[in-house]
Amino acid sequence: MSDLRELYQEVILDHNRRPRNFQKLEGANRTAEGYNPLCGDQITVYLRLEDGVVRGVSFEGSGCAISKASASMMTAALKGKTAAEAATLFKAFHAMVTADLGATFDPLELGKLAAFAGVHEFPIRVKCATLPWHTLRAALAGGQETVSTE
Amino acid sequence: MRATHEMTASVPLPGASVAFDVDRVRKDFPLLRQQVHGKPLVYLDNAATSQKPQAVIDTLTRYYAEENSNVHRGVHLLSERATEAYEAGRATVQRFLNAADTREIIFVRGATEGINLVAQSYGRASIKPGDEIIISWMEHHSNIVPWQMLCEEKGAVLRVIPINEDGEVLLDEYARLLNPRTKFVALVHVSNALGTINPVKRMIEMAHRQRVPVLLDGAQAVAHLPVDVRALDCDFYVFSGHKALGPTGIGILYGKAAFLEDMPPYQGGGDMILSVTFEKTRYNTLPYKFEAGTPHIAGVVGLGAALDYLRGIGLDRIAAYEQALLAYGTDVLSAIPGLRLIGTAKEKASVLSFVIEGIHAHDIGTILDQEGIAIRAGHHCAMPVMQRFGVPATARASLVFYNTRGELDALGRAIGKAIELFS
Repeated sequence: MSDLRELYQEVILDHNRRPRNFQKLEGANRTAEGYNPLCGDQITVYLRLEDGVVRGVSFEGSGCAISKASASMMTAALKGKTAAEAATLFKAFHAMVTADLGATFDPLELGKLAAFAGVHEFPIRVKCATLPWHTLRAALAGGQETVSTE
Repeated sequence: MRATHEMTASVPLPGASVAFDVDRVRKDFPLLRQQVHGKPLVYLDNAATSQKPQAVIDTLTRYYAEENSNVHRGVHLLSERATEAYEAGRATVQRFLNAADTREIIFVRGATEGINLVAQSYGRASIKPGDEIIISWMEHHSNIVPWQMLCEEKGAVLRVIPINEDGEVLLDEYARLLNPRTKFVALVHVSNALGTINPVKRMIEMAHRQRVPVLLDGAQAVAHLPVDVRALDCDFYVFSGHKALGPTGIGILYGKAAFLEDMPPYQGGGDMILSVTFEKTRYNTLPYKFEAGTPHIAGVVGLGAALDYLRGIGLDRIAAYEQALLAYGTDVLSAIPGLRLIGTAKEKASVLSFVIEGIHAHDIGTILDQEGIAIRAGHHCAMPVMQRFGVPATARASLVFYNTRGELDALGRAIGKAIELFS
């Protein structure tokens, strides 16, 4: 069970049970859809971007605890961040869950998102954790295509 | 000659006609002895692929160590031996399915390729604009997409037989769908996502009354219940070797000779020709017309050993044991609060597909894996089934005769832990 507790940290279980910002965003000016064909997880990320700053962010969709909690905590972390800061956060998060030793990032800037560090022990679940972030990146880029993890 | 016979006919057979001895059978499967995450492996992903008995592993080793050569080519002794082993494998499949003739047994890569062969060869030659092809709602993607591709190319229409809440086809709807425009029916024998055993004999009779040929996808059937293609009177039957204790990359297309004779080749190449000039190629006779290129000889030999092994135990005994095991597993899972079984057909085989309130199938899969239990989580390549039951995915424990009640108890306990973790 100890390994499982590494993956399913209390904060992750909490965000899975009660996801934050889990609705359509009124006044969103960017949206993107993400889909993981392997497991059927799907997510829509809504953004309200004003002068390059994330003023509003939310998500809808269905998925496992890891993807849902990842999306929920991502939205919580993004509010007030600039698009450039969001991109940096994406890189740091990605490096952490894939245990990419070549990437340099400041663990402190991840804050609560560090709860996902255990994911790298479960390679099959990395895509669950990163799907919301890939979808966010697509929304920031303004694309309308569905993002796929494949 | 003698080596060939030993290889295909004298595989050690476990058990006589006495009570099914699962402990003894398990000893034949070396992979089952291992531990996963420090726990004894409980392998419940048999619908994805089955494990292999030592007899199959030994046969493959012996083939490569002693007989490897190309078939239908060399004049030398090894080529003769390889050819004999290959054709003996075909005879084993013919007996296993009770086909009338070895010419009706075509070696392909798997069930998927068998269906594609029929769609591309028979289908492209006979389906016309406005024709209709019937499939069921519970088909695997491999028995949907090849027909969709054919319909798109020909301007034909794909019709789908709906299913009820238990995951059974609605026969009266099927009867309504059959009409003079219907030109082909393709059905799954046993559903991989639901476990439903379809009433295929009756459905074939209904199609035949309108002179419509029927293909059965037997990928989930052949290792679990006796299949007699002549008793069923199906026109085509496909299955994959690796789901029936055999190697990956080898599968079977059975077709009635009357159909296969008239069908154009699927792929061109060596072995499928009688003579080639730049002006005209004469195609080989059955079954070689459909076997272009060097085939998966080792796969055929290994599949022969696998089917001999299954016959040695007896498909009737396997089916009886698995039915009891399925009933036991159904009781174990039904006792878990918040768990819903997906697929509760009266006629069912070896599949326990389920969802748990508040826990996604993938999380169940990860938690069970930590307990040493291998299941599948996802849409099982049957996305329309998931949509029908309003779930994004299910967790699926799929059983075979080497599974035990103790393993199903372990499954129940591990699910309990998952529920506890997520509560």
